[in-house]
Amino acid sequence: MNKFKLGYNGQRKLIIVLFSALPLFLLLLFSYYPLFRMVQYSFTNWNGISPTRDNVGFDNYIKIFTTPEYFAVFKVSLYYFFATFVQLGIALYFATVLTFKVKFANFWKGILFFPYLLNGVAIGFIFLYFYKGGGTLDTVLTFLGMEDQIRLWLGDRSFNNISMAFTSIWRYMGFNFIIFLGAIQSIDSEIYEAAEIDGANRWQQFLYIIMPSIKPIIFLNIILGISGSLSVFDIPYIMTGGSNGTKTFVIQTIDTAFKFSKVGLASAMALVLLIIVIVVTLLQQFLTREKGAK
Amino acid sequence: MKLETETVVGKKTTTGVSNAMMVKKVLGFLIKYGSLLLGTAVAIVPVLVVIIGSFKTKQEFLTTGVLSLPKSFTFDNYITAFVDGQMLTGFKNTILIFVASIIGKLLLGTMMAYVLDRFDFKMKKVILGLFLLATLIPGITTQVATFQIINGMGLFNTIWSVIVLNLGTDVIAVYIFLQYLKNIPVSLDEAAILEGASYFTIYRKIILPLLKAPMITILIISGVGIYNDFYNPFLYMPSPDLKVISTALFAFKGPYGTDWPVILAGVIIVILPILIVFLTLQKHIYNGVSGSVK
Repeated sequence: MNKFKLGYNGQRKLIIVLFSALPLFLLLLFSYYPLFRMVQYSFTNWNGISPTRDNVGFDNYIKIFTTPEYFAVFKVSLYYFFATFVQLGIALYFATVLTFKVKFANFWKGILFFPYLLNGVAIGFIFLYFYKGGGTLDTVLTFLGMEDQIRLWLGDRSFNNISMAFTSIWRYMGFNFIIFLGAIQSIDSEIYEAAEIDGANRWQQFLYIIMPSIKPIIFLNIILGISGSLSVFDIPYIMTGGSNGTKTFVIQTIDTAFKFSKVGLASAMALVLLIIVIVVTLLQQFLTREKGAK
Repeated sequence: MKLETETVVGKKTTTGVSNAMMVKKVLGFLIKYGSLLLGTAVAIVPVLVVIIGSFKTKQEFLTTGVLSLPKSFTFDNYITAFVDGQMLTGFKNTILIFVASIIGKLLLGTMMAYVLDRFDFKMKKVILGLFLLATLIPGITTQVATFQIINGMGLFNTIWSVIVLNLGTDVIAVYIFLQYLKNIPVSLDEAAILEGASYFTIYRKIILPLLKAPMITILIISGVGIYNDFYNPFLYMPSPDLKVISTALFAFKGPYGTDWPVILAGVIIVILPILIVFLTLQKHIYNGVSGSVK
């Protein structure tokens, strides 16, 4: 029997190859190979089906930056970009409140977090119902005597992106909240006690103890929020399909590829977005490392 | 906004005696619980009205406001939504995808992490770098090319398309396992080797059982993600008998365009399982969410 047993050296090689082959293959196939193909497509006019495609050089990229129809959708991202900061502010506020002694802390925590777990399509419908004429929002406003504020929440071009951005805050705030809460709770509670003895009030404790110790986490959340606001897709896609000026860059890209069969152009668009997101992320890595070094 | 009011209150204390202290305390109490109640209302009301509406008959729905309770509870909408909305097909496919993806993720993730943590080999740094870099690529941006790959593999319109994508794009699992493995002493492996155990036995009998905690984290976090996934099934499995829970609900947009009670019942059917999971596994979910960022 013994002679069939592999020595530990042979075994070592075998297990390294066996255990890493499949995960590595899948990683390369679905993370790196698409990237490589996209770069290739982006210099062609391929429609996704035809066996032939012509090289068009940088035409697709030029088109994205010179045709307002393609580039203007980045303006929609601005709504989500600003919403990110509102969302982080609310999350930070509730995380701080719940760090100190509060009755029913677990109840509040659960309620504030649970929207994050809900299905995106369900959230889409919940807010279609919320914003529809005579829907939840109109009813609440009437109840508060603010009927004159009622408008076409999803139709009015000057307001519908704000409605969408609010939905996004409603959905994702709980995520930032839990992250902040975890970070704040890992601060040694003796520091607060010492500060309290020294006469520091809650605001001062927030400013001088909590803020400095969770700065990296806040920073990380801002970056996640920025790249998130650039790649918004499901909420507007499910709620309005991108009509009435609610189209985001990702909806535009997906439509270009699969509705209008311009795979070459869509690849260039996706790469532009990808480059922006990577630059933002690297900037964050760079900045946090700088700070860490000091 | 609310934090600013708290500062103002804080500053006043220097001028007053115990009376001012009382005012400050009461104000602080009001702000704290007032904001928590407001947050709770904003989180709950949009969902609450959906529950209310889902129990109304169509007639009653058209004649009463969104906030008025149904006179008698009817389950007809639920039956219509479940049967005509092909929810059963949706649940079946979602569960199949869920089970296959989770088992695959846990196996591949632990295998990769075991090899990367316990052995030294030439390509190790490269592999680690590839996994790290992949976290920078937002999946949605590469869909244009991923679609061609899935199509080329003949997986389009099969349940395997989504399963394979779930396996190939899960980089975070590897990282979570790596973090845990660092804290499992190598002396355990060495002791087993002295007793003649093979590397595979060590993985199966020592490493896997000790990785139970991160496995639960990944089970919950990826599980929620898979259950709520809309985009992959929507793009890769358009066939009606391959509906998952999200795409089944999304299909309500067409035929039930105005039949709100049925749509609302569909929404509740979709979010109910997640709500139950949340209520029973709260602690694990919080830990999982904060663990996935670190």
